Amino acid sequence: MPLLEAQHLYKVFGRRPGDIVRRLEQGEDAGELRKRYDVTPAVIDASFEVNEGEIFVVMGLSGSGKSTLIRMLNGLHQPTSGHVKILGEDISTMSAAQLRQARRDHISMVFQHFALFPHRTVAENAAYGLQVKGVSEAERREKALEALKLVGLDGWGDHKPGELSGGMQQRVGLARALAADTDILLMDEAFSALDPLIRRDMQDQLIELQNQLGKTIVFITHDLNEAMRLGDRIAMMRDGRIVQVGTAEEILTDPANDYVAQFVADVDRTRVLTARSIMEPPVATLGMGHGPLAAHKLMREHQQPGLYVVGRDRGLQGYVMEEDIVAARGGGETIADLVKPIETTVPADAPAAELFTPAASVRLPLPVVDPDGKLVGVIPRVTLLAALGAVDPTDPADPVGTPDNSTVELDKTTGGAR
Amino acid sequence: MSTVVPRIHLGEWIADVVNWLTDHWSGFFDGVASIVNHLVDGIQHVLMNTPIVLLIVIFALLALWARGWKAAVLAAVGFCLIDAFGEFPSAMQTLAQIIVASVLAIVIAIPVGILAARNRRASAVIKPVLDFMQTLPAYVYLLPVLFLIGLGSAGAVLATIIFSIPPGVRLTELGIRQVDGEMVEAGQAFGATPKEVLRGIQIPLAMPSIMAGVNQVIMLALSMVVVAGIVGAPGLGQDVLSSLQSLDVGVGVEAGLSVVILAIFLDRVTDGFSKREVGLRSEIDKLRRRQARAAAATDAA
Ligand SMILES: Nc1ncnc2c1ncn2[C@@H]1O[C@H](COP(=O)(O)OP(=O)(O)OP(=O)(O)O)[C@@H](O)[C@H]1O
Ligand SMILES: [Mg+2]
Repeated sequence: MPLLEAQHLYKVFGRRPGDIVRRLEQGEDAGELRKRYDVTPAVIDASFEVNEGEIFVVMGLSGSGKSTLIRMLNGLHQPTSGHVKILGEDISTMSAAQLRQARRDHISMVFQHFALFPHRTVAENAAYGLQVKGVSEAERREKALEALKLVGLDGWGDHKPGELSGGMQQRVGLARALAADTDILLMDEAFSALDPLIRRDMQDQLIELQNQLGKTIVFITHDLNEAMRLGDRIAMMRDGRIVQVGTAEEILTDPANDYVAQFVADVDRTRVLTARSIMEPPVATLGMGHGPLAAHKLMREHQQPGLYVVGRDRGLQGYVMEEDIVAARGGGETIADLVKPIETTVPADAPAAELFTPAASVRLPLPVVDPDGKLVGVIPRVTLLAALGAVDPTDPADPVGTPDNSTVELDKTTGGAR
Repeated sequence: MSTVVPRIHLGEWIADVVNWLTDHWSGFFDGVASIVNHLVDGIQHVLMNTPIVLLIVIFALLALWARGWKAAVLAAVGFCLIDAFGEFPSAMQTLAQIIVASVLAIVIAIPVGILAARNRRASAVIKPVLDFMQTLPAYVYLLPVLFLIGLGSAGAVLATIIFSIPPGVRLTELGIRQVDGEMVEAGQAFGATPKEVLRGIQIPLAMPSIMAGVNQVIMLALSMVVVAGIVGAPGLGQDVLSSLQSLDVGVGVEAGLSVVILAIFLDRVTDGFSKREVGLRSEIDKLRRRQARAAAATDAA
């Protein structure tokens, strides 16, 4: 069961919102309705599930309805239509008291502008959720200090929030949510108000905390790079609608529409894409038992200057170049005598940024191996460039694609995302 | 005198209402009057029976606590001056009335302000009533009050309350409405009840504004001193009035100056107390500035 579920959520601001939802359901254009009835359809038919332990990022430009959406998840906004389920329970059927209890136990929030209470100390701020829960003063202070320590604010408990820098204040905001010890954390542009360096720090810290605590996080951002860094899955939002949900790689390599494609066009792909998402299956491989003639024929067939040699278990054992076979012609050697040892491999989860150097140092497509040393794919140099958006490998006029003639003809249909 | 538009006998209707009230609610109003009188008398009794020197020391200490030694010296000099004018007893009578009127006004104003802040409809009703209370010349409701309550301190105190409540309500409402919506959401998001949000977040954060309201209430109460004298409440107001009747400029000036000194003292002390929330106010300011900077940074990015 998903921890958090949104089912066909709508939120319309303005008069007669129910009517507007009906019209939207019948397929009327949101922009048209907005103009004609002076209403704001802020969220339109949003559905998704958030699984335990994942960071689910909602990404969209300003005004696309992200805040409205996240505020429906904990009931701060009542959906005009649709349902939110927390641990399988529909919050629209809850009484006010039940909803409060759900917020205390299951779902807390970190705010864009921190929303710390200036009249309370840092520790009292962090303890707020526990205070609301009715935890005793001594215990909640202890837990608050623990949470502060977790976010790197050891020793700041008795200061007032105003004495802290922006980055530290947001750490308090995070500690407040962590101390409440809920299953789900909602973070509405939690890092947007921080300057870029601190922001990176906070992102790293969040990922680390996530690994440590295994919280389920819904993270809102308008920054695609942030979305890609943090998100296990990303929901792309536009004008109130979720246009695509998928992993960072899926969104980069297989955008659902032009809007998403344009959006991701200038993302720093080298940090998001990994060897796995770029690699292709090798066009052909050799076994140790192959004879030189058969090997040569295979190379010609696939127009490869050489091929990799794998064992029965697909363990990578070496490579053979066409020129060596030609040179050894007439001798009765088997492939095993011609095999050269592998010097360079890359792991499947290597970020694309780290593939350039190895790719330049090998004559064959870069071999990608899993932790057991099995060959799982190869990355031709041109594919690497193409994946990073530099070139289109099928474009014959492309100047970068042409020199590497050993691979341009490769069948592309099987390449791409995993 | 004939009128172009048919004569509307509003005055008579109101007189009827007042008559009806005096007939049927006299018990209630007598009760109110007697409670107020007792309060005023009690405080007056304490003030009049404490040695003047001791009182001056206490006032100076209050000023010291609220604002610092300069204010303390000023308070001491001021009250010595009042004594030198021979107005000290009158000043204490006035002070007693003002304390009772202000406290009651504040006790009424703050809850009403909170209600107005939390309920749009209540606010829509309360606002025009406040405007009415503030703009209607005090002399107009003086008479009905006199009819219902009678001459003396109680009538004066009630008239003063009516006149001085509005800023207390307004600034309470404003203060609560101005609390950052995200703070309130933060409370709600962690599962706080509306009451917990009000008590733990909205009221503390609205405190500077509420205290400014308290200060305003007291100042307005002081501005009613002469009207209080007209209603027959003893004190500085009556001294001013009698100086008018006997054309005694000297007494008038002395009583008037005493009012001014009392006003300055009360203003500084209550303002000082509201600045005791200085810690809070500056915390809020600091946060605001940070956020503004952060917002500027995001815009730039
Ligand atoms: N309480 C409200 N009443 C009326 N309209 C609202 C309200 N809240 C939001 N909106 C409108 O709904 C739309 C979506 O707003 P929302 O705040 O959800 O966007 P967002 O994606 O969070 O944007 P941002 O990145 O600026 O925070 C906007 O057009 C906004 O003006
Ligand atoms: Mg937003």
